[in-house]
Amino acid sequence: MSVFFAKRFLTLLATLFGASIVIFLVMEILPGDPALVILGVEATPDAVKVLTKELGLDRPALERYFSWIGGILQGELGNSYAYKVPVWELVEGALKITIPLAILSMILSVILALVIGLYAAANHNKASDVSLMGFSQLGISVPNFWLAVLLILFFAVNLRWLPPGGFPGWEEGIWKGIRSLILPALALATVQGAILARITRSSVLEVFREDYVRTARAKGLSQRATLWTHVLRNALIPVITVMGLQFANLLAGTVVVENVFHLPGLGSTVLKAINNRDTIVVENVVLMLAGMVVLTNFIVDLLYAVIDPRLKAHDI
Amino acid sequence: MTLLDVRNLNITLQTAMGEARAVRDLNITLKKGETLGIVGESGCGKSMTALALMGLLPENATTSGELLLSGEDLLEKSEKEMCTIRGNRMAMIFQEPMTSLNPVHTVGRQIMEPLRLHRGLSKKEAFEEAKRLLDRVGIPNPSERIRNHPHQLSGGQRQRVMIALALSCSPDILIADEPTTALDVTIQDQILELIQTLVDEEGMSLVLISHDLGVIAENTQKVMVMYGGTAVETGSTDRIFDELTHPYTQGLFAAMPKIGMGRNRRLTTIPGTVPDLINLPKGCTFTDRCPLASEKCGGAVPARSQMNESHTVMCHHLDKAIKARGGELYQ
Amino acid sequence: MSNPASQSFASRCLKSRSFVVGGTITLILLCCAIVSLFWTPGEVYNIVITDRFKAPSADHWLGTDQFGRDVFSMLMTGTQNSITVGVVAVSIGLFAGVSLGLYASAKRGWTEELIMRFSDFSFAFPAILSAIMITAILGPGGVNSIIAIGIYNVPVFARLTRGSANSIWAREYVMAARAAGKGKFRITIEHILPNILSIIVVQATIQFAIAILAEAALSYLGLGTQPPHPSWGRMLNEAQTLMFLQPMQAVYPGAAIALAVFGLNLLGDGLRDVLDPRLSRKR
Repeated sequence: MSVFFAKRFLTLLATLFGASIVIFLVMEILPGDPALVILGVEATPDAVKVLTKELGLDRPALERYFSWIGGILQGELGNSYAYKVPVWELVEGALKITIPLAILSMILSVILALVIGLYAAANHNKASDVSLMGFSQLGISVPNFWLAVLLILFFAVNLRWLPPGGFPGWEEGIWKGIRSLILPALALATVQGAILARITRSSVLEVFREDYVRTARAKGLSQRATLWTHVLRNALIPVITVMGLQFANLLAGTVVVENVFHLPGLGSTVLKAINNRDTIVVENVVLMLAGMVVLTNFIVDLLYAVIDPRLKAHDI
Repeated sequence: MTLLDVRNLNITLQTAMGEARAVRDLNITLKKGETLGIVGESGCGKSMTALALMGLLPENATTSGELLLSGEDLLEKSEKEMCTIRGNRMAMIFQEPMTSLNPVHTVGRQIMEPLRLHRGLSKKEAFEEAKRLLDRVGIPNPSERIRNHPHQLSGGQRQRVMIALALSCSPDILIADEPTTALDVTIQDQILELIQTLVDEEGMSLVLISHDLGVIAENTQKVMVMYGGTAVETGSTDRIFDELTHPYTQGLFAAMPKIGMGRNRRLTTIPGTVPDLINLPKGCTFTDRCPLASEKCGGAVPARSQMNESHTVMCHHLDKAIKARGGELYQ
Repeated sequence: MSNPASQSFASRCLKSRSFVVGGTITLILLCCAIVSLFWTPGEVYNIVITDRFKAPSADHWLGTDQFGRDVFSMLMTGTQNSITVGVVAVSIGLFAGVSLGLYASAKRGWTEELIMRFSDFSFAFPAILSAIMITAILGPGGVNSIIAIGIYNVPVFARLTRGSANSIWAREYVMAARAAGKGKFRITIEHILPNILSIIVVQATIQFAIAILAEAALSYLGLGTQPPHPSWGRMLNEAQTLMFLQPMQAVYPGAAIALAVFGLNLLGDGLRDVLDPRLSRKR
């Protein structure tokens, strides 16, 4: 187990390291001088030069890369070029929105997927199965930002149950904060849930055809008991795989959906930073997003080992 | 006392290509402690018969006839009632030990399941009993093995676990569907011997399904030869091997490697393939492959002829078949 | 008439409900795009202030927007944009990704390792995120968003190609071809590519749908297609500001995107049924 854990952890670090290089290289090619953008087009060349030096942008790329990474390792993200405040200050509030939003939509999508997927599998080829799968096919096709608009129209404008956008801040109370995350989470979860529901259904159906399910039935276990004790755990393996792969898309979805609901999360932070040529903020935020994806996949790997004892054996 | 009495069992499968008649007009009687072998090529309906006995036929199957276990018709039972019979009064061992155990649970947990379900044992009692069962089926070091997952055991050991599972509630009938086909030759005999010993000790009845006449001959008292979904020859094992009658049984026997057979003698085969269960031939299903076939064979299903009190054969050309017993049908 | 093989192919196509429905939707969209090149029922590019916010009528089937442009005509013209993005972005991904995947699979060793690790990194960056980064570099615009989505597609195809190609390399007939002294390049062209083509075609259909979604998202964020070219994503963005006044304006473009993606996904499923019956039976 510890070898398995260590191996996965090393992969995690290597991926993050690779991602940081890619991000830095990409931002290096980004045209537009941050100093020029900050000072405006009328700035004198001298002023630009001074600011460039002040921001440390005159140093060679390699040096800047290592000072960035070194800073991160010491918990220091540097200062925003545009706002002259520590990046962490800009990002802290955004993380408090994006992370709960991602977790909430993940939970919603898993609930949605398990309920629909299991129900459809249990009613295999019946009318309810066919129509549920038709709906899930539609769910996959719907752009999440459009669904977000429709949800606003229905729940916020027509029914006035939930706020149409904005975020009051967690100081206003947890419930108020969650209330304004429900619609965005629902918009994100529907698409993810539709994908996962299809996987759940086909995976459950596949496992039901396994020999060991027949063995379980031959022992005298009822259909339902077999589903819970023998089928579900095996069927979850591909579901979790796809869940891990989909997390990246979910996170990307938050970038767009946050925009629809005017939530000051990581998405709006990164878009604003791109417009300001605030490269250091972009670098850090994108690395954070990549880090979340990598971390999720690390957790998925660990979950595998818990669910499927065969994996541990292969790795050791 | 008759323990199992199958009367006119018919199984039909709804497939995309049409209705497949997997089993037709099958009759089986089995007394307590008796052992029955069912032999035939794949697709002859032997596994379907076993699954029908357990009430585990696929959803697209329909059955008719009677399946009497101690006088109770299993086909009339509700699913809930069947759950109290499966694994308790009737247990089954499958062909593939590699895939018949759940990979994510320990073998102990899987053996404990029926013990807790049918015998109402507590978790602790079930654990001790599972250990005893593992020991009984010849697994060394059971207190350690009980915590293993299936992938940590060899194929032979897994089949022993399957036997322990089947044995757990001392069933009246043990159904073994090709229990050794997937195993190494050296292990096959050990497993069959184990089954034999346990059946003797427990006084269970055994239904042993195999495509291998040799396995059947050594391990059963009665034999039923199936072809195209029906029994073409039935009788006591001793008698059938002395007096092979049906041309198909003769063919199976000729296709079996024999001790003392010269190195250069080629194994004989029965030409052709098993019949299409969706478009069954009108008459005798073996007509296309039978060396004795005549026009009569394709026209009508042969009657069941009683050779003596325990031996029946379905063939239009009994006389010729009896004459051919020397083995000249398949050269 | 035609030979039995192609006949059965056609009949298999018609038997697959997904293929028929998905194919029909895709065809209709394609027709819309082509027709809109020559003719649209109303004004798309010119502002006619007197016509703003017209309700749906015989003249304006879905009404007009805040600039008096005909919404239905804009949707029709928007099809051009989505299809162009899909075709070009998928082609970029196909060409580069399949070549890389085939190369990795033929070379094995550290070349394969390098290509695969590189595509692993890219999986940490989701589609839209990498597209956002790339458009940030190249600047917002239709062409740039196409390139961004195309680049995202490269590792997707590289992975798929390499995985399926590896399984073909292990087949007996490929071993036989190698034993016969055929070169790796020739085997790749003669045996590997034809055998993985159906998987790639199915994936291409799905990526097409993803590309349309990604472009819509980019345009919605203002990073994609720029005015005055109509695009579904930007129509949605413009409609959102007026959501409380003209809610239906926000409904149409999204419905168009959903329909296109739905049709392509169905077509992909149908193609899988038709091209690879083994795969579809497994599902």
